[in-house]
Amino acid sequence: MLSIENLHASVGDTSILKGVNLQINPGEVHAIMGPNGAGKSTLSHVLSGKPGYIVTEGKVIYKGQNLLEMEPELRARAGVFLAFQYPVEIPGVSNIYLLKAALNAIRKHNGLEEVDAMDFLTLVKDKIKLLQMDEKFLYRAVNEGFSGGEKKRNEILQAAILEPALCMLDETDSGLDIDALKIVADGVNSLRSEDRSFLMITHYQRLLDYIKPDFVHVLAHGKIVKSGGAELALELEAKGYQWVEGQAA
Amino acid sequence: MANNYSAEYEKTSDALPGQSLDWLKVIRADAFKCFSDKGFPSLREEEWRYTNVAAIEKKLFTPQFNVEVNEIDKELLQNYQLDGVFTIVLVNGRVSLEHSNLEGLSDNISVLSMVDALDQKPELVEKYLAQAVNDKEHSFVAFNTAWFSDGLFIHVQANQVIEKPIQLLHIVTQADLLATTRSIVVVDEMAEASIIETYVGVENVYLTAAVTEVFVGKNAVLTLYKMQSEGDKAYHFGGIYVKQDKESRFTHHNFSFGGLLARNDIHTDLNVASECDLNGLFLGVKRQHIDNHTRINHAQPHAMSRELYKGVLNQRARGVFQGRVIVAEDAQQTNSEMNNRNLLLSNDAEVDTKPQLEIYADDVKCAHGVTVGQLDEKSVFYLQSRCLDEKTARNILTFAFANEMVDKIKVESLHEKLLLQLLQRFPQEGVEKSWL
Repeated sequence: MLSIENLHASVGDTSILKGVNLQINPGEVHAIMGPNGAGKSTLSHVLSGKPGYIVTEGKVIYKGQNLLEMEPELRARAGVFLAFQYPVEIPGVSNIYLLKAALNAIRKHNGLEEVDAMDFLTLVKDKIKLLQMDEKFLYRAVNEGFSGGEKKRNEILQAAILEPALCMLDETDSGLDIDALKIVADGVNSLRSEDRSFLMITHYQRLLDYIKPDFVHVLAHGKIVKSGGAELALELEAKGYQWVEGQAA
Repeated sequence: MANNYSAEYEKTSDALPGQSLDWLKVIRADAFKCFSDKGFPSLREEEWRYTNVAAIEKKLFTPQFNVEVNEIDKELLQNYQLDGVFTIVLVNGRVSLEHSNLEGLSDNISVLSMVDALDQKPELVEKYLAQAVNDKEHSFVAFNTAWFSDGLFIHVQANQVIEKPIQLLHIVTQADLLATTRSIVVVDEMAEASIIETYVGVENVYLTAAVTEVFVGKNAVLTLYKMQSEGDKAYHFGGIYVKQDKESRFTHHNFSFGGLLARNDIHTDLNVASECDLNGLFLGVKRQHIDNHTRINHAQPHAMSRELYKGVLNQRARGVFQGRVIVAEDAQQTNSEMNNRNLLLSNDAEVDTKPQLEIYADDVKCAHGVTVGQLDEKSVFYLQSRCLDEKTARNILTFAFANEMVDKIKVESLHEKLLLQLLQRFPQEGVEKSWL
């Protein structure tokens, strides 16, 4: 599904990713862990097409396409979804409108007709229950005045409706209390399927108690320095990042 | 300086209403003197430094006192007549009862044309006229006092609640016309009302110079809406001057869309524990110039004011926001917040913004903020990451920025009309009315 080869990226003169290699197959859940400043978020930003990053080397193939050459909206329509660490507030645009506009853009991309208004409402109401959100959130402006937990749930709600093939979660656990974390994790788990892949970026092992990854990678100094199974996360938790950073050196 | 207007005044002043009333004659004569001494405002005046009115001086706009109502552009009228409200139509500066609809209005609310009010209740008009604003405020006020041809006198008696808003629909149907109206709104103790001022006109050069004086009684509530959608070539000067009694609440929504040059003045004097909200949205395209001046006068303690003005300027349009909040020495426990947010959509668009806080009391909470900028790039990317193309994302964010002000409007037919105005003035691609 996604193949990252020797990816180098920088912001201005600062080199952040220094040769990332990663292969994600359909249905797999990958976790990227690492110390602050390792380049975890940069990786998700580069994959989603956020402006401001310069790819200096390497390539990314998504479903046979050169992902890095695609506009951000085309990546999204092709099924690449990023749940933001800090979702922006957009006053004046209602949540339900954005959901509908996004879903229709995907349908149009796939040669389908616009979603029927009733079908859409049924779908949204079904998914919003999954994330234990009040229906009133649908009619509020996107993320405006939402608490940290509500914003994160809203990101997962969007994923649940847009049904991406590759779902990237950037620090989705940060700032969540345990109850909110469980709800978010349940939402993510319900999205798991054999043709949908996940790339979870997290600093802490805590999230992985609730969303069990198939693979764990440690990103340090712009490179993946260690990869393993779910047990690697526990080992990291016990030994700290210095352990792998030391190994990499 | 204002000679051609002075000469015109000599010719036409006899036809002005209320000329048989001695007190009004004096007021008009003083106002005219004030105007002819000073002339129209100049760029040298601090309050006018961004707005050049020289074009008005060069031309001569003249009043038409005998306007045939059948000259009304019916389509224009129908287009702006709102549903679910009482409507009074003012054609070329004169009330036209024929086109008005006050059916079902309670007897405890008196709505008279200024001409009729001066005829039937001159003592009441005398009590209020020129009490909320002084001719020295600026020349357009003096000009208005000297020239006003009609207007409305609305009096809501104590404890009355008007269930529907009253729309004052000002319409200009002729080129080179001078439409000078003076209105007075009195809302007595514990009463509640809402009034919608609408200004529209033909696609010709004309001049609107309107003044509305407002008196909000003790614990009374007034919401005043203004939708300025004058013709593209029009000059619009509209002043709203408010006196608020104790514990009263005044809300103003100022939507400034039309005209080649528009100037809005909104002043309010707050009494003890009263509240005011001043909201504004100005949209400028092409070479429009839209100037907003607000003044909130915290003369007494425990009052609260909130102000939010938003401007969106495209092409070569220019906007001005000058907001003054004055907190007098006695006005302790004042709570005041003023914000002005501007969005510039082109390199040639310009906005001059100047919030002014003058605080003479020591126990107050006052804040102000100003932004001038382009769309937030993080938001643009967020929408792109949610499948929308960049152009659509920008259009949506522009609408959303403006829509925050429209969204505050709970009068359904007005809300609908404002949305249509927004849609007409900005790129629509990717924007659906349903979400606005």
